[in-house]
Amino acid sequence: MKETPLSNCERRFLLRAIEEKKRLDGRQTYDYRNIKISFGTDYGCCIVELGKTRVLGQVSCELVSPKLNRATEGILFFNLELSQMAAPAFEPGRQSDLLVKLNRLLERCLRNSKCIDTESLCVVAGEKVWQIRVDLHLLNHDGNIIDAASIAAIVALCHFRRPDVSVQGDEVTLYTLEERDPVPLSIHHMPICVSFAFFQQGTYLLVDPNEREERVMDGLLVIAMNKHREICTIQSSCGIMLLKDQVLRCSKIAGVKVAEITELIQKALENDQKVRKEGGKFGFAESIANQRITAFRMEKAPIDTSDVEEKAEEIISEAEPPSEVVSKPVLWTPGTAQIGEGIENSWGDLEDSEKEDEDEGGSDEAIILDSIKMDTGEVSNIGSQDAPIVLSDSEEEEMIILEPDKNRKKIRTQTISATQVKAPSKKPVKKRKKKRAAN
Amino acid sequence: MEGATQTETKIRAESGIESGPRGPGCSLRHFACEQNLLSRPDGSASFLQGDTSVLAGVYGPAEVKVSKEIFNKATLEVTLRPKIGLPGVAEKSRERLIRNTCEAVVLGALHPRTSITVVLQVVSDAGSLLACCLNAACMALVDAGVPMRALFCGVTCALDSDGNLLLDPTAKQEKEARAVLTFALDSVERKLLMSTTKGLYSDAELQQCLAAAQAASQHVFRFYRESLQRRYSKS
Repeated sequence: MKETPLSNCERRFLLRAIEEKKRLDGRQTYDYRNIKISFGTDYGCCIVELGKTRVLGQVSCELVSPKLNRATEGILFFNLELSQMAAPAFEPGRQSDLLVKLNRLLERCLRNSKCIDTESLCVVAGEKVWQIRVDLHLLNHDGNIIDAASIAAIVALCHFRRPDVSVQGDEVTLYTLEERDPVPLSIHHMPICVSFAFFQQGTYLLVDPNEREERVMDGLLVIAMNKHREICTIQSSCGIMLLKDQVLRCSKIAGVKVAEITELIQKALENDQKVRKEGGKFGFAESIANQRITAFRMEKAPIDTSDVEEKAEEIISEAEPPSEVVSKPVLWTPGTAQIGEGIENSWGDLEDSEKEDEDEGGSDEAIILDSIKMDTGEVSNIGSQDAPIVLSDSEEEEMIILEPDKNRKKIRTQTISATQVKAPSKKPVKKRKKKRAAN
Repeated sequence: MEGATQTETKIRAESGIESGPRGPGCSLRHFACEQNLLSRPDGSASFLQGDTSVLAGVYGPAEVKVSKEIFNKATLEVTLRPKIGLPGVAEKSRERLIRNTCEAVVLGALHPRTSITVVLQVVSDAGSLLACCLNAACMALVDAGVPMRALFCGVTCALDSDGNLLLDPTAKQEKEARAVLTFALDSVERKLLMSTTKGLYSDAELQQCLAAAQAASQHVFRFYRESLQRRYSKS
């Protein structure tokens, strides 16, 4: 489905509002939308909501052999998917420019900033390391995908626990979750992306643009920063030229925003850990707001299945008895088996009509053909089907002599019947007969 | 007989934190559903069955690609996205089952030359995933206001090695089960729309599972009704 285009009056309206320092959702210029973080029951699973933009993150791990040039380092892999659920314009299985750009930015933000200690992911140097895979799914697109995705990625990584391993000599033992408590990843810092949208060639600036604002913006600046105010990545896109002051001002704002978000993340993580420790209820079921009228829940419901057996018996007794089936397969030769009696092949219908064709033509040769059979015991399977072949040129004739194979013959007859050749002369038949006999 | 019930309770005790003690008969895990939680799709629903959770989004009836256009009815597409990695054969097979089920109830003839797209995202898999997908798809279709002949629901049954019947099994129960059967049933006649099975079972067991699924479907449909009543009530 195509994206609905933004009309000119909508565009003008949005730009005018921005000029007047107003935003459609009532935010101020530097305000972020509400961030909500909820965790799933599995480790490393979270949903981050940034306003209406929603990203699902899931971290998984696998033991693999390391890259040749980095024998002692684990592997980090990021994959952001733009599901069609997020917006109708996202087609499944297509690598759009936007997707490539976002994935690259995420990699730069999280892998190149070395926020995860990849050396601690090494199990046996040069042989076994952990590969950490971060899958991010965009569920709803309402602008600023990169911020939501970077928050989801770092939250999922912080929440994730990998199974414990022990190495004794050459033996690597992997412990299940029940045997040993899983181990968290060692995370040095938490880089978070903050997006700035520019309008009117950089005159106006907005933090955290929503989808509508993204469509009318002139330029975008993304700054990835951690709470120590260290810039991890900076990217300016859409080809806008920015002044030095503007970039510095943006980095200052980013510092404040990142500190706020980091605090929020840590609070959410602590909360979840506390609930898990105390054995309370956790997971997405708990994060559904129960007071909403669109939400509904039902407690565990017992189902009366006492009459199930009677019902089943009733149905079976009413049903017709199943047809008898020979369950023992008959082995004729190794590699073959037969079940049941076997019916005549219905695939031969086509050939029947051909046979009729031939019968018309070949009927007057019946006597001669009989004599052929008598003459040549070896080529006994040459029936009336074979007769019309005679008309074909010598080359083909030879082919048939060399391979007295049934299938081939059928193909041959087919082609000939297609050319509507009828009533071949007797002479060539005799010729061939001799040839065959000689063979 | 007593031994059988003992093992049954033992298995259930083992089955983990979330299922807890189950009744002597069969029970469904707790259900939760939230509709209209995404802003972009025309209809959306998140359905939870115990710890299994699926999010569904529906677009439609909307513009259709010319290559996919059907002149006398709507083109129904279903995509199922796994949580980890790319969709594989298992997802494709489930997509097909869900699509066939939806096709049976959606009144596509009312919207010829349009497309109805159902996108399903697995949020967490803790058993009975296909049933949860079906339920989420139905609730999302209802939210989108797509005309349907009847509602549908999915119910998964598992038969353990002792021949006991379990409804709405958890991942662990599914793994230990001798056979896992999933049915889709319609709300009007409670008739079978789709069935898919794995494992060994007798014809009597199949009928038992089907009867149990029909009993369970009443609860699911009641849940649908109550959740919609709550949503559309004026108070």
